[in-house]
Amino acid sequence: MSRPPFIAIALLSACVLAYEVLLTRLFSIVLWHHFAYMIISAAMLGYGASGTLLTLLKEKIAAHFGAVYVSTAAALAVLMPAAFLLAQQVPFNPLELLWDNTQPVKLLAIYLLMMLPFFCGGLGIGLVMAQFGKQASRIYACDILGAGVGSLGVIGVLFLVPPPQVLAALTALALLAAAIAVVELKMRPKWLLELFIGLAVLAAVALPGIQVQPSPYKDLSQALNIAGARVIEERSSPLGQVTVVENTRVPLRHAPGMSLNATSEPPPQLGVYVDGDGPAALTKFDGKPAPLAYLDQLTSALPYHVLAAREQNAPRVLVLGAGAGSDVLQALYHRSAAIDAVELDRNISALVGQNFRGYAGNLYAQPGVQVYAAEARGFVNRSATRYDLIQVALLDSFGTASAGLYGLSENYLYTVEALQAYLSRLAPGGMFAVTRWLTLPPRDALKLFATAVTALERSGVANPSARLAMIRGWKTVTLLVKNSDFTAPEIAALREFSRAHSFDLAYYPGMHADEANRYNILSQPYFFDGATALLSPQRQDFIDQYKFYIEPATDDRPHFFRFFKWNAAAEIFSLREQGGMSLFDWSYPLLVATLVQALAASALLIIAPLALSRCRRTLPAAPVALYFLAIGFAFMFMEIAFIQKFVLFLSHPLYAVAVVLCAFLIFAALGSWMGGNWLAGHWQAENKVTLAVIALGALALLYLAILPHLFHALIHLPDATKIIISVALIAPLALCMGVPFPTGMMRLAGANEQSIPWAWAINGFASVVGAVLATLLAIHLGFAAVILLAVIIYGLACIALRKFVGSAAA
Amino acid sequence: MNRLNEQNMKRRFALCAFLFLCFALPAQGGGFDAQRRQMVKEVLVDTAATASYSGSRALSPEVVAAMGKVERHRFVPATLAAVAYLNRPIPIGHGQTISQPFIVALMTELMKIKKGDRVLEIGTGSGYQAAVLAEIAGSVYTIEIIEPLGQEAGERLKSLGYRNVETRVGDGYYGWPQAAPFDAIMVTAAASHVPPPLLKQLKPGGRMVIPLGTQFMTQYLMLVEKQQDGTLTTRQILPVRFVPLTGGH
Repeated sequence: MSRPPFIAIALLSACVLAYEVLLTRLFSIVLWHHFAYMIISAAMLGYGASGTLLTLLKEKIAAHFGAVYVSTAAALAVLMPAAFLLAQQVPFNPLELLWDNTQPVKLLAIYLLMMLPFFCGGLGIGLVMAQFGKQASRIYACDILGAGVGSLGVIGVLFLVPPPQVLAALTALALLAAAIAVVELKMRPKWLLELFIGLAVLAAVALPGIQVQPSPYKDLSQALNIAGARVIEERSSPLGQVTVVENTRVPLRHAPGMSLNATSEPPPQLGVYVDGDGPAALTKFDGKPAPLAYLDQLTSALPYHVLAAREQNAPRVLVLGAGAGSDVLQALYHRSAAIDAVELDRNISALVGQNFRGYAGNLYAQPGVQVYAAEARGFVNRSATRYDLIQVALLDSFGTASAGLYGLSENYLYTVEALQAYLSRLAPGGMFAVTRWLTLPPRDALKLFATAVTALERSGVANPSARLAMIRGWKTVTLLVKNSDFTAPEIAALREFSRAHSFDLAYYPGMHADEANRYNILSQPYFFDGATALLSPQRQDFIDQYKFYIEPATDDRPHFFRFFKWNAAAEIFSLREQGGMSLFDWSYPLLVATLVQALAASALLIIAPLALSRCRRTLPAAPVALYFLAIGFAFMFMEIAFIQKFVLFLSHPLYAVAVVLCAFLIFAALGSWMGGNWLAGHWQAENKVTLAVIALGALALLYLAILPHLFHALIHLPDATKIIISVALIAPLALCMGVPFPTGMMRLAGANEQSIPWAWAINGFASVVGAVLATLLAIHLGFAAVILLAVIIYGLACIALRKFVGSAAA
Repeated sequence: MNRLNEQNMKRRFALCAFLFLCFALPAQGGGFDAQRRQMVKEVLVDTAATASYSGSRALSPEVVAAMGKVERHRFVPATLAAVAYLNRPIPIGHGQTISQPFIVALMTELMKIKKGDRVLEIGTGSGYQAAVLAEIAGSVYTIEIIEPLGQEAGERLKSLGYRNVETRVGDGYYGWPQAAPFDAIMVTAAASHVPPPLLKQLKPGGRMVIPLGTQFMTQYLMLVEKQQDGTLTTRQILPVRFVPLTGGH
């Protein structure tokens, strides 16, 4: 037998991991969320199921090793685009999840389709490991090297080419891996080599035309349905696919929540969509202020009127999330002296600054306007400037927000810590303003209010009620948070602005109940009642009794858009046909449905085949099962919690998925190798695992204490530096986490060999379920609790190991 | 005056109860007619349950009759005809839906249309809402922005014999000036703001209804009332019996 196909393994592994990250991107375009947890779970399911198959058919496959191995690479190549294309054909619509009983089945179909490429990848890699057991460490090294390069490399590639072309490139690469395997394994007939190379070229040439079809219910799809709409610019990066739509027949006219008293319409605009969500308006600007008058008819114009009351007629403004420039225009319209605009995605700022510079009236080159390509939190932390106003732009769309489509997303712009950072960058008498879509009964607005109260308290303000004001229109709510008490002239300006625009006063210091609910009449003055309750000593009671989750969002629980509460779920579900559907946050049931299907699929595909085979006679002892179950769960809990935690530091979910996944993979593999080598020494398995668990527990606790401060201090650094820091931080932790699995395996190999397939399967099962469960727990308990839970489970694993070592010795 | 109102209300309740019994009777004919009767029954129950929240104490007999008459299954794709009478929104293609029957009934009720009224609808969709409106109003003018949907709806309404419905494909932002002013306007097409021209085309004393939310879930209904002096008042109506505080009534 020839040497193992090292290069092919590295390539195959790179493809699989790159595909895993790429799917996160593709799902963001097709649906509304990155679905990272579901993709990781599907990948684990694929690996787990391939392990079970390998266990059962090892002898039969071994006889045809070369052919099977090359076939898995070729199948991976076919399945990567095929599974995605087929998944796109499944008419899954999360918006119908609670209306249509077939939607969970469609979700399951997507999950299983997504699992298939990982099944092939896992089978290929597992096959080589099984065949060349003696060279396992070198094979493992190639595997991990490939995985690391694949998961990080794909991010770099996504800057250069759009996702469909990356998918084509990965297909070609997997075919190339098959061709290289033919050479490395010296297989015949020789035309196989030419065949795979030919197919790789064909894939690279033909597949980039793959169409990514966003859901017909996404904003971009809806905009393109309108007669006269055409896409005039498209740009892609790992941060998102930016699409610019022009429609001269039916203009965009984007003026969210414009006062009903307004008489003019917005000037011509281009619609800017990110991953099909939006629009953000790129407004035609000819240098004259008159056509921009509509910007004064929005609730977000309130802070300019309040600032004017204290004769601050030329404020220094910071716009966080500049998007296509609407808030910059609004600041300009209100004669701001200096405007700093922060936008993370350079592709979006380039639209205003370069591509449509003339259309936008050279907006970003206007006197006083400065644009920064940076992450909002990082910019605020680093900035030494003090602003009269910090505007947090309303960038998400009304539809997605009102359907609860962001329920699972981390958002670090609206957390207590974020609000504290904004407060710290205000000039004396300055304020920050946040505008949100109006939801009924109130959700966002009250959660934001509660978050602001906590932020003021934590910043040492004794009486937060004197520094808050909130108004609502018929579609938007604007909250002002000041760094000193509101003055009488400011309050007068606030009242006058609201009156003139028929916006309702929701709260200001000293407000009377009869001033609420005058223009846009609700059955109850929910906003005023909620705001006053949140400022009263009964705040916690109110939060507890409220049927939506309005507990302040924090960096530890940054799911600002999660409003779901279990104790109201039954009532809300029962009301779905009586007009109560919008009370339900669809993302939460989706997560639960994914958890159920992860449980069922892994039980069926990983555990059941073993239970029905000859292995049923070799069921593992309880401590063995517990050990591998525990370390599977604990590993995934740690990994998922760190991915979500690093979204803040790395500025984007995709960066976090790629970097954290890569770091955990490489260093856990290194830890496994070290664990394996130590066994040759005089360390006992249980002591080794105990040592590793103590070390990882100490590290995890240390990180829980220092990461917030570290992120705060380093968040402004360039992306590349932050990636290196992230990898360095994860490395020691992952190193320790790599020890328990191989150590347990080797211990079994010595004493209880027939349990090994079960150990693999149980661990695989825990990984599949753990990926989803960790997300669910993080939403409820916070990242810190998930990490602590992981440490406790590792501790339990230590106890289980001692028991099964003890019983084996006896 | 109060007594007159009271008598009027009693009459309406009596007529509603009669219609309710008609629809609640076991289905004799089977098929879509029976399903439609069941649908109306459910809508009536839902309306009664949400009465104090929606501001609409009961559906007027005209609305009940219209809901009971319009063949909803003809306004959904043939593949979904079997679920046409379920109390749920239904996709009609092009990323659009028709609202669930309960919301359709409630919106129609909120418009308080009288016989002979002139009504404008922005967002025809498949034409179902226009058909319901046409059963009550004198004339309905409806505009659809998505060309194929608008054309299909126009043909459908014509073939079903709705002679008092005028359809048009195009931009609804400027309303239908030739037919203005209107007694009632419904804006079912998503818009970031209420087009000022539409407010102008609303008669003093007229009512405008706008559902807000997404294709599959109406979050709240906005009712704009134009007073005789031209001033506007708006109400935001939660179409569900729901109190956000535990223990609230």
